[in-house]
Formats: sequence, structure tokens, C-alpha cells
Amino acid sequence: MEMPQPDARILARKPEIVRQLSAVLPAGAVISDEAETRAYECDALTAYKCPPLAVVLPASTREVSDVLRVCHEMGVPVVPRGSGTSLAGGALPTGDCVILGVARMNDVLETDYENRFIRVQSGRTNLSVTGAVEADGFFYAPDPSSQLACAIAGNIAMNSGGAHCLKYGVTTNNLMGVTMVLMDGTVTEIGGAYLDAAGYDLLGVICGSEGQLGVVTEATLRILRKPEGARPVLIGFDSNEVAGACVSDIIKAGVLPVAIEFMDRPCIRATEAFAGAGYPDCEALLIVEVEGSDAEIDEQLAIILEIARRHDPVELRESKSAEESARIWLGRKSAFGAMGQINDYMCLDGTIPVSQLPFVLRRIGEMSRDYGLDVGNVFHAGDGNMHPLILYDANKPGDLERCEAFGADILKLCVEVGGCLTGEHGVGIEKRDLMTHQYAPVDLEMQMAVKDVFDPGWLLNPAKVFPLAESAPRRSAAEQGLCPSP
Amino acid sequence: MMRPETEAELAEMIKAANGPLWIEGGGTRSIGGPREGEVLGTSAMRGIDLYEPGALTMVAKAGTPLAEVEEALEKEGQRLPFEPMDHRTLLGTDGTPTIGGVFAANVSGPRRIQVGAARDFLLGVRFVDGAGQIVSNGGRVMKNVTGYDLVKLLAGSRGTLGVLTELSFKVLPKPGFCGTLLLEGLDDASAVAVLCRALGSPYEVSGAAHRQRGPNGAPITMIRLEGFENSVRYRAAALQLLLAEYGSFELETDPGRAADDWAAIRDVAPFGGQKGDVWRVSVKPTDAPGVVGQVPGAEAIYDWGGGLIWLRVDEGSQASAIRDTVAKVGGHATRIRGAGPGAFQPLAAPLAVLEAGLRARFDPRGILNPGLMGQAA
Repeated sequence: MEMPQPDARILARKPEIVRQLSAVLPAGAVISDEAETRAYECDALTAYKCPPLAVVLPASTREVSDVLRVCHEMGVPVVPRGSGTSLAGGALPTGDCVILGVARMNDVLETDYENRFIRVQSGRTNLSVTGAVEADGFFYAPDPSSQLACAIAGNIAMNSGGAHCLKYGVTTNNLMGVTMVLMDGTVTEIGGAYLDAAGYDLLGVICGSEGQLGVVTEATLRILRKPEGARPVLIGFDSNEVAGACVSDIIKAGVLPVAIEFMDRPCIRATEAFAGAGYPDCEALLIVEVEGSDAEIDEQLAIILEIARRHDPVELRESKSAEESARIWLGRKSAFGAMGQINDYMCLDGTIPVSQLPFVLRRIGEMSRDYGLDVGNVFHAGDGNMHPLILYDANKPGDLERCEAFGADILKLCVEVGGCLTGEHGVGIEKRDLMTHQYAPVDLEMQMAVKDVFDPGWLLNPAKVFPLAESAPRRSAAEQGLCPSP
Repeated sequence: MMRPETEAELAEMIKAANGPLWIEGGGTRSIGGPREGEVLGTSAMRGIDLYEPGALTMVAKAGTPLAEVEEALEKEGQRLPFEPMDHRTLLGTDGTPTIGGVFAANVSGPRRIQVGAARDFLLGVRFVDGAGQIVSNGGRVMKNVTGYDLVKLLAGSRGTLGVLTELSFKVLPKPGFCGTLLLEGLDDASAVAVLCRALGSPYEVSGAAHRQRGPNGAPITMIRLEGFENSVRYRAAALQLLLAEYGSFELETDPGRAADDWAAIRDVAPFGGQKGDVWRVSVKPTDAPGVVGQVPGAEAIYDWGGGLIWLRVDEGSQASAIRDTVAKVGGHATRIRGAGPGAFQPLAAPLAVLEAGLRARFDPRGILNPGLMGQAA
């Protein structure tokens, strides 16, 4: 993965840039010491690292606006950062950029149960949004697996999903409004505590724009009343095809589970060795969870079990209690940790049409043999969002490159069968150069035209999302001060 | 009138156009008063290209009649969950609503509060921009964060950024049983309080509406539950208990009656035969009764638990009263029926600049539906 060369003229002006940033922020909110900026040199895609020029930690919308205005006037690129949990390198710095971290903005601004929303500062973590309302019986639905650490700002930037989005949708379906600061310091209010903002759906475009259009400082989020209860069922099969067919039949039957999780044999074996959840040693395993009152859960599980039986399962395990539910989820929840015990791994994130599941799993198996790298599959089957985990050895020369090539081949396969490169992790730098496999030049051009409107100087997170060759003319025009007119 | 049969033909027509174009699907939802330009209709680009019930996805050409889509879904026991409004009753239009028109205007009905809007179900689009370029965005899978979400940008843009040619969208199974809790006689404020409490319960309300004048003249409050029969009856009983202080709700389970009652809300049918301008107002639900109270002589139908107000006022009147009161509480208002300019919500300065910028890039010559959508406040 390449990153653009830092601009020597910006590097040379570091003292002046730091001085101007310090002039608009309180003491301690600007970090420029090289040892300290190292803490921000990477996100969760740890294979790539680069310390930024400086880091700023503003505490309010006003301070964010001041910082951006300064950077805009001085022509300094800005990389926004939530909690730095991006698996795609979304918050990876360049040497000439200012990292704008939102971690100090984590207040709850307003909670309204009657109208069912919460307004928070964007640095608040995903789980602590639910934490603020759960004593009163409410929750915030999107639940990415990094939810303990990840910030709402990052969730909005990447349009994060989670295990329960089959029923509740992803971030974009639960976001009602934002306060967002544009690169020139302009503060905008989009949407609010009401539905479907006026005009174009700017909220929809901002969500998932990977911090390239503006810096979100506050968000109005939909909250929901917690269901009365939830229970899973575990179903084992001796073929991926049959498991795939079972998923399809469950969906067709009119039951809408909150989650349908899928694990294949390599992943089942790894988690058994690690967590000992008592999973059967079979080819494919489904965990299907439904919600409601006890009686409603029983009725839905009965339908699901009846469908499963028609597909000759090798194992059927229905939870009758909280302990049994926890046991069923234990292996799934420790899957990533279990794979990590075996070796370093790369976690992919392509989405495929559910009908292509068996074919894609078979092809991944074949490619695994060709590349000589093991792979385990654990994913959200209801929506076709796959997370193949490719095992490699970071200390073995050439292994990372082989792993990346294997990963790229899997993602290309996802696109070929009618799917996409990334379902919930985002493009970042990781999938940036694969974008041409999914989109024609004109498709990418229209997306870049949107960035031209929000950030004519291409200063916000400029080296992400679009292949470097495609974005080069715009980035170099920006460097020479030849911004396209807004 | 131009009626291209293929996307390529459409692209050629737009490239060759030297004046404004009036883009329309079935022509049943046109708002915003008289418009200029040659009509460019999408109704000849039609057909369902792909339908996978097990994957809950359909791909169809923009001009496909909505009825054709709904019929195909019905055969598999599925539906468009966002319940798009049929504008013909309210606007007195005829013609055939198209699936492209539904998404171009982001049209959602009562179930929007539970499942989301039309835009939440749109997975991918193909469109021709104002320069005649064919553009694709999104796909046909439910989770997709690959690049910017132009799908949402196009949804609700009313043909001003591009002419939709193909849409892929998510559908959902149709539940087997529906029950409506009904209570007559509540005033607006109590009705909205009831609806808010029901929506804040764990009982999965799929419709929450209030009519100031119901079928027999009295106010009527409606709460819809859908699912398996036992589950609906269980949740209805739980809600009756939760809302007991407001009165004794009756549970209506006749399928025909339920369909009619909710279609009337969805289509704003009670205002169909009546004179006057009709406004669609989106506010925070608890602000809704106050907003209605500030508009003299208005009749209201509340949907979305109060978050959506349909207001009928005398022809050509009350525009500034509506705009002022909505501006005070936060929200937006669009005149869906009525004459003259000013149908769309004016936008705050920074947003108007962004919208104008987007429009200039997607339609550099300004030929796609000029006059539609927002202007600066």
C-alpha cells in the first residue's frame, strides 16, 4: 500500500503551523512532540504506520471550526480520527498532516425518550451511547464488534454495521442529524430530531464518506426500546451449500431474526480449541437469534427449527436459558481471538448476494490451497457480509504480501458474483486500489465530484477511498493552490 | 414527449437536449407548480431484471409500474416494507406510478417509523446525469460501504441530479397477521402522547397515526401491530394495559378494514376530495400538536407517531404561518398540493451552497427539472 510523499513545504512550516494551532486551542490540546505523535501513527490496520506532523484534540464544535480554518488557510491536510479502530486504515496519517482527534468530545447533550433520540458529541464511544440510556430500557442499535472502543464519529465516517443489522440496519439507518464542520471552518446543521431532512439527502452521503467531506462533531441518533428478550439456536450442517439454503429458507419463511451468524469448519475448530464452547465438529454452523417475549421467541424458534430439520442438520441446539444462550454465543464471540492465537490474521469484509454463498466458500477454499495460507470464515450470513480471516506470519518475509494478494483476490471474487469490496469496514487505504474493480472511471469521477463540492482543496483525508492515480490530479492541484471552484 | 426504451437511448437524448427537460416516471407525484421543458418519461424502460426472494432483493428498471413490482412480491409473500404512498387520490392525478418515481421522491408511508424510509431500502442505482453520462453506484447487497453513498443522494432528488434507470432494493416478508388498536375522542396532544408511549414500548408498533376527523367525524387514534397472530394479540394486550389511562382501545383484526384504514393514512385519502392546499410537515413528534395549533383553520392528519403532519389549509393561505412555526421548533415543510412558487423547504445558507454545488456538478447545464427542490432561505 503506497501513500503520497509528504509535502516538504508543509514539513518546513511545522513550527508556524503548531504556533497557529496553539493560538486557537487551550494548552495541552496540541501535540507536536515526535515521541507523543507516535501514539497516533496508525489505527487498527497496524501493518501501516506514519507519525503525523501534529495532533489536535479539540473539545467543542467551535474549536474544531477554528482548527479547520487554520489548516485550510495554511493548506495543511487534516485526517480526522475517532478512536482509531479502523481496520481499513481510515485514520492512517501522512507525515504532513494534522490528526484531528475527537476523543475529548464525548458528552451526552440531550436524551429524549418520548421522541426516541439521543444527541451526543461525536467522540463518545458506541457502547457508551447505549450505556447512557439502557438503565431506562433503551439502546442504540448499530453494534460493531469494536463497540467498546469505537467512536460515533468513526461509525458515521465508515457507516458501521454490526451483528444485529439484519433487523435494525446500519449507522445510516439510525442517524437522524449531525453538526458537521466543513474544511473551511463553516459549521453546518443537517437533519435533527425529526425524520428525513429537507433537500438532498446530505446525511446519507456524509455517512460512509470516511472523513473526507467534513468533521462531524455532534450526532442525533435514533434509540429504541430494548426487546423483552432474545434467544439463539445453533444448527450444524455437513455442507456449506445446505447451510446456505437453510439461511435462504429461514428468510423466505417470514421470520426476521436479529442475527444469522455463520462459521465454517476451520473457524469452528480454532474456536473450539480456544474457547471450548462445545460446538459440533461439522462443515458449517449457524447461530440464529430471535427477539420478543418468551412465547414469541418459542414460536419463532419452532418455525426456524422446523425449517432446519428439513435440511438434515447434524446438530440442533435450542437455548432455553440465559446460560445456554451465552454458551451458544461463546464460540462466535471468541472467533477472532481464537484465530489470532493461531497466527497473525487479516480480516476481510466483502459482501456477496446470499445465493452465492456456497460457490464463494468453495472458491475461497481452492484459493487457500493455491496461496498456501489458511483461511477461516465467520460472518453475518443473513446479509451476505463475509469476514474471511486469512492467517499469515508477520515475521516471515513475503507472507504479508501473499496474504494481501489472496485478500484482493477474494474481494475481486465478491465483486464478480454481484457483491462489493466492503460491507462495513470501509475502503480506507486497504481497498482503495481495488475500487476500479467495482467502479468504472465515470462512477469514481462522480464520487470525487461530491468531494470537490464539500472540500474543494482536497485537504480532508485526501489519500483514502480513491485509487491514488485517480485522485492525483485533484490532490496535486490542491498542493499548488489550484483548487477547483466550489 | 420523449420516451427512451433503453438507458443508452436516454443518455443520447440528454446529451442532445438543448433546453430544460421535465423528467417524469408515471407523472402521478408532480409537485411544485407549473414546470418548463420538454417531457422526458421513463415509462418505456421497464421490467424486473432480478428477484431473489431468499436474498430479499429485487432489481428493476425505473419505469416498471409499481403495481408490477408489488404483484411479483405478493406472489412470494413479500412486500415493499416502507409502504409507498399513492399520490393519485390526494393530487387528483392519473397515470401509472413507477418504482423509479417512488425512489426519486423518496416516498414512504406509515411503516417508515418502524422499518425506515424508501431510501433505507435502496441498495443500488444506475442513472444518467445531466451531461448524459451513465453512472452506477451501490449494488444489490444489503451491506455496502464501498465508496460514497450516491444511492441516498439520488433518492429523493426528484430527477434533478440524474435520471434513474435501474434500481436495486431490499424487500421484506409480509407478516401473516395485522391488528389495529383504535380509540376515538382523543385531542391532538393526548393522541401524540399515546403514540409516543406506544412507540417507546418494546411491542414493535408498525403504524402510529391520528386523524382529527375519523370516518364517523370523531377523532380517531390508530396503532398498528403486525406479525404472527399470537404475537400480535399478546402485544395488543400489553399495549392496552400500558395505555389504559387514556381509554379503552378496541383491537380491529379484519384484514380488509386494516388495509383500508392504513391506506387512507398512507395516501392522505381524507384530503383527496376536499379543497385547499396540503402541506407535509416533519417535526419532532411532541412538537406536532403545537405546530398544528399555530396554523389557523388547518385540519391535520398525524402519521409517524406525530412526526409527520399532513395539514390542509385554505388555498394559497398560511404558507408563512407554517414556515415560521416549523422554523421555530426545527423541521421542514413541503407544499404537496397547491399553486405557485415556494413549495419546497428553503435551506440554510451553507446547505444551499452545498446543494447548488452538487447540482452544478451532476447537471452542469442545469437542464434536469429546473425549479424543483430547495432554494436558499
